[in-house]
Amino acid sequence: MHITLRVWRQKDAKSEGRFVTYEATDVNEHMSFLEMLDVVNEGLVAKGEEPIAFDHDCREGICGTCGFVINGKPHGPRPRTTVCQLHMRFFKDGDVLTIEPWRADAFPVVKDLVVDRSAFDRIIAAGGFISTAIGGAQDANGIPVRKEDSDLAMDAAACIGCGACVAACPNAAAMLFTSAKVSHLALLPQGQPERPDRVRSMVARMDAEGFGTCTNHNECEAACPKGIRVEFIARMNADYVKAGASAGRRAGGAPESAG
Amino acid sequence: MELKPNVPSGPLEKKWERHKFDIKLVNPANKRKYTVIVVGSGLAGAGAAASLAELGYKVQCFCYQDSPRRAHSIAAQGGINAAKNYKNDGDSVWRLFYDTVKGGDFRSREANVYRLAEVSVNIIDQCVAQGVPFAREYGGLLDNRSFGGAQVSRTFYARGQTGQQLLLGAYQALERQIGLGQVEMYSRHEMQELVVVDGKARGIVARDLVTGETKTHLGDAVVLATGGYGNVFYLATYAKGCNTTAIWRAYKKGAAFANPCFTQIHPTCIPVSGEYQSKLTLMSESLRNDGRIWVPKTKGDQRAPNQIPKEDRDYYLERMYPSFGNLVPRDVASRAAKRVCDEGRGVGPTGYGVYLDFHDAIGRLGKAKIEEKYGNLFEMYERITGENPYDVPMRIYPATHYTMGGLWVDYNLMSTIPGLFVLGEANFSDHGANRLGASALMQGLADGYFVIPYTMGNYLAREKLTPVADSHPEVRAAEDAVAARTKRLLSAGGSRPAASFHRELGRIMWEHCGMERDKKGLEHGMGKIPGLREEFWKNLRVPGSGAELNQSLEVAGRVADFLELGELMCLDALERDESCGCHYRTEHQMPDGEAKRDDAHFCHVAGWEYTGDGKKPIRNVEPLTFENVDLAVRSYK
Amino acid sequence: MPQAATSTFWRSSIGRKVVMAVTGAILFGFVLGHLAGNLTVYLGPEALNGYAVFLRQFLHGAGLWIARAVLLLAVILHIWSATSLTLSSRAARPIGYRERQWVESTYASRTMRWSGVIIFFFVIYHLLHFTFGTVHPSFVEGDVYHNFVTGFQSVPVSIAYIIAMILLGLHLRHGVWSMFQTLGVSHPRYIRWAHVAAWIFAVIVVVGNCSFPIAVLAGIVK
Ligand SMILES: Cc1cc2nc3c(=O)[nH]c(=O)nc-3n(C[C@H](O)[C@H](O)[C@H](O)COP(=O)(O)OP(=O)(O)OC[C@H]3O[C@@H](n4cnc5c(N)ncnc54)[C@H](O)[C@@H]3O)c2cc1C
Ligand code: HEM
Ligand code: HEM
Ligand code: SF4
Ligand code: F3S
Ligand code: FES
Repeated sequence: MHITLRVWRQKDAKSEGRFVTYEATDVNEHMSFLEMLDVVNEGLVAKGEEPIAFDHDCREGICGTCGFVINGKPHGPRPRTTVCQLHMRFFKDGDVLTIEPWRADAFPVVKDLVVDRSAFDRIIAAGGFISTAIGGAQDANGIPVRKEDSDLAMDAAACIGCGACVAACPNAAAMLFTSAKVSHLALLPQGQPERPDRVRSMVARMDAEGFGTCTNHNECEAACPKGIRVEFIARMNADYVKAGASAGRRAGGAPESAG
Repeated sequence: MELKPNVPSGPLEKKWERHKFDIKLVNPANKRKYTVIVVGSGLAGAGAAASLAELGYKVQCFCYQDSPRRAHSIAAQGGINAAKNYKNDGDSVWRLFYDTVKGGDFRSREANVYRLAEVSVNIIDQCVAQGVPFAREYGGLLDNRSFGGAQVSRTFYARGQTGQQLLLGAYQALERQIGLGQVEMYSRHEMQELVVVDGKARGIVARDLVTGETKTHLGDAVVLATGGYGNVFYLATYAKGCNTTAIWRAYKKGAAFANPCFTQIHPTCIPVSGEYQSKLTLMSESLRNDGRIWVPKTKGDQRAPNQIPKEDRDYYLERMYPSFGNLVPRDVASRAAKRVCDEGRGVGPTGYGVYLDFHDAIGRLGKAKIEEKYGNLFEMYERITGENPYDVPMRIYPATHYTMGGLWVDYNLMSTIPGLFVLGEANFSDHGANRLGASALMQGLADGYFVIPYTMGNYLAREKLTPVADSHPEVRAAEDAVAARTKRLLSAGGSRPAASFHRELGRIMWEHCGMERDKKGLEHGMGKIPGLREEFWKNLRVPGSGAELNQSLEVAGRVADFLELGELMCLDALERDESCGCHYRTEHQMPDGEAKRDDAHFCHVAGWEYTGDGKKPIRNVEPLTFENVDLAVRSYK
Repeated sequence: MPQAATSTFWRSSIGRKVVMAVTGAILFGFVLGHLAGNLTVYLGPEALNGYAVFLRQFLHGAGLWIARAVLLLAVILHIWSATSLTLSSRAARPIGYRERQWVESTYASRTMRWSGVIIFFFVIYHLLHFTFGTVHPSFVEGDVYHNFVTGFQSVPVSIAYIIAMILLGLHLRHGVWSMFQTLGVSHPRYIRWAHVAAWIFAVIVVVGNCSFPIAVLAGIVK
């Protein structure tokens, strides 16, 4: 089949970008979207042009590296599917596809479709962990965990950090990502001691990174390739309110960071 | 070069304990004066970086992805072994040790494997404390399953995403140290060269993949945890960026490369669908518990699978291995599939595929039960192939999935270059000639969390290291070498993209150094690679410049190294004139077609020593002695 | 670009959302109460005027002023948080998409800022209309029933009210669900209820309030 691509090209973070049209001919329906771009790129290289830069690594939907917006939908039209697992049989001959990078102030464009998502790492560094010293742990079965809690924690922990939630959110909010990690750790007994500090520091970091604020549009849930639910946003909100209420009770001089 | 394993003396069970006691310690106040460079942020790298930082060392950690959380460890599905014996089914450290040594077909170092089994229990404790949401039972305790043909249930798992959850645990520990300022993280940085000063590893030259700037990072020791090199086959279950660059540079600087030809082929991957294919996807081995593998009895049978009656089908694994049937080990299942396809009985558009059929299981257990067990795998298969495996049998074919070979290390995980430590899949490690399922995750974390924190201290406490200046001639030389190479890649001036060479190399390797090898084929492959390499440097085209994000340049650099590594792999396979584990030389087989080891001549590790471009490397040998287990013949009949 | 992460509860994104939700809840509560009070119109002039007198004498006259103070404060904080959250979100996406396809968000959720502002102007008009009588054609101080009936006898005024009420319904359709979510009602079962509840309340408010102008124009209330 034949597909027309309108791709956002931007040389680097400082340059202006623009849309450039490419024709992908002889697209095989078994190709993944990224394989289709590979073929387009090999053609560009053969012509001596710069190929389209896009992020990718595992190509099996788990590393969270890939991602761009296809015709207004992050990761394209298929629910719960990353672009690397999106196959061309879901498109038709003659389709015209607009391909744009994630758009958010906190995710500056690095080149073409590649964005800088290091803000997510900094949110985790602010408190998205349980402080344990390696080597000192008690026997794993010493802490029983209700299966329901453990399963729900796993649902939240399935987030791959791709950033599609931010890209989809009309407010460019990072609530789904942040709440997934907060909820994962808050649901487990091991996560309790740091729970108030964790949510406070992570939300503070999230705000400082310049993400927008959530007004409960639910677009993030629809775009999330791993089925992370807005239920976790509600959980985080409740945790945050509780943590705010307990802030006054902390002993004086306690360090703010959970580290 | 001498390959001195430095295994502590004493009985097997006491070695690690005693070694930890004998080890020299670094004074806590002095630790922050040491800088350790960790390349890689997978289970091994992130684990090492976090635990070294916790101890107080200054750490610089590198990965080529945009975040350390994306290392390829994330893709492991099945699970992680540990000798917890929570199921009370007779597991023990000793049994895990024995299974691993036997699984590796007696080509691994006893003492290392025992240590691995020993610390496996601590890994699970550590991960649970970090909040890894392992699967649990209704009583709230951890669940286990049996995996990869093991006779005990010792595999811990987190749905089909065990690697992801373990990696996120390590990543979170790493991010905590980054937040505390103990670790400096360099994402989107690729190691291009190792800096060796006075015979000791003291730093690396890395390219910032965003700005293109190459910079030297100096420290007191270097840890490589850069994963496996299976992408040499082009089509593999690895992430696209996985490479051999880091360990190849170290090899060229004097680190021995051990058993490069030991590569594992996984039997249940989704087959290739066309020329454009960029990678292969693995499906959990557990599918073989209920699926039956078959091909048509006659060559060129074009009927749709459901139209082929039972009597025209060949359930070849059940036929050849009546007692293990479809559950024979990975290498056996993979080779059998290749053979039937080579006979022309393969299925699917390319003829390289066999059926994995759930029709009988659905009849026996009901669709609901199958869906409960394998629903997500079926979904994944359908997403990729567009076929519904509830109605039509799946098609599978083997694909490269793990490399047991890697840089040679001693008991302390130190390579032949002092101060250069190698962890995880990047070392030649504990798996011998064949890795058992669920043991790579275990090894990565054992190396990173529980071994390197001790052995690094021992090294630093014993060595007198003087600071290296940025202007040191060795540093300059390393930087110049990188610059020259980048320039060469950019100015080859040809017309072919790097990927096209990679595909061609992959075909050579798969054909001649894949599941079945023989002298003639290996020599043939070795003959072809230099020509391809020459063509590469003549006819390569890399658009753009070196001073920006340039993905074509990244790919080209990696392909250039694979083009050299491939030849070494063929050489190693040629000179290991026996069959063992995954290394199957058709000249050496039992009457029934099983791998035939030659313990008299090859019960050793081959550690290759670089002697210069275009020169034959030297094959050094570390003899393997087995004091605690008998060298038995693997049999799965 | 990253900044120092030192925000207090009320300055944080979630803190401001909570202000929005709490003030929204107060305003919503008022709307329900106001609707209930106005429904007395169907019981005749005495009931409605009696209700108005009750309001004025409640707590010796202090009740009304306390309520007014709370409402005013709620409106101010509601508008403050709406504005401040909107500005943060605008800044968070300086360059928009060329194409967008919505999946889960609703017309109501995407137009909160517009519906809110229009309701605000409606309330000002409404106060000039029924409380101060400035824009009322035949305002009689104290005779709420009279003002009510004569006010809605004008077709354009009634239509304006109906439009405003539909927008209010939209605002509440998203607002009530959003309130639950913001205040952290996370149980999957309740979450589904939150959507149902939002619909029910929005419909009650729209139908109830729209019934007044319609009843007057239809001559049911005269
Ligand atoms: C599909 C699949 C399924 C698997 N399933 C299982 C399983 O169920 N159980 C099991 O035990 N094992 C499994 N394995 C094997 C196991 O996942 C890997 O062997 C293991 O995770 C490797 O970990 P690592 O830390 O050594 O390397 P990796 O996780 O590969 O990490 C390598 C790191 O090095 C960095 N790096 C590489 N090159 C450079 C460079 N030149 N410069 C800078 N940085 C560099 C990368 O950025 C990355 O951070 C599976 C493997 C695959 C592919
Ligand atoms: C200038 C006037 C107003 C503006 C700009 C405004 C704007 C907003 C915005 C932006 C929201 C947030 C939506 C979200 O978080 O999803 C909101 C919520 C809400 N508004 Fe308003 N609004 C205004 C007036 C009103 C009035 C007069 C009422 C009541 C009659 C009201 C009731 C609510 C309710 C109940 C909510 C839900 C609270 C929440 O989001 O948690 N608003 N408003
Ligand atoms: C069709 C629907 C409505 C009718 C018929 C109506 C009617 C009235 C009447 C008759 C009064 C004067 C009462 C008195 O002076 O005692 C009044 C006051 C008021 N109404 Fe409404 N109203 C309607 C909708 C609303 C809505 C939707 C809001 C807010 C969002 C609102 C806010 C107010 C306020 C703030 C006052 C002034 C209360 C005070 O005295 O402080 N009204 N309304
Ligand atoms: S919550 Fe979903 S969309 Fe957001 S980063 Fe995680 S996986 Fe991606
Ligand atoms: S789409 Fe945005 S507004 Fe909230 S519910 Fe999701 S973060
Ligand atoms: S490339 Fe890893 S998720 Fe798409």
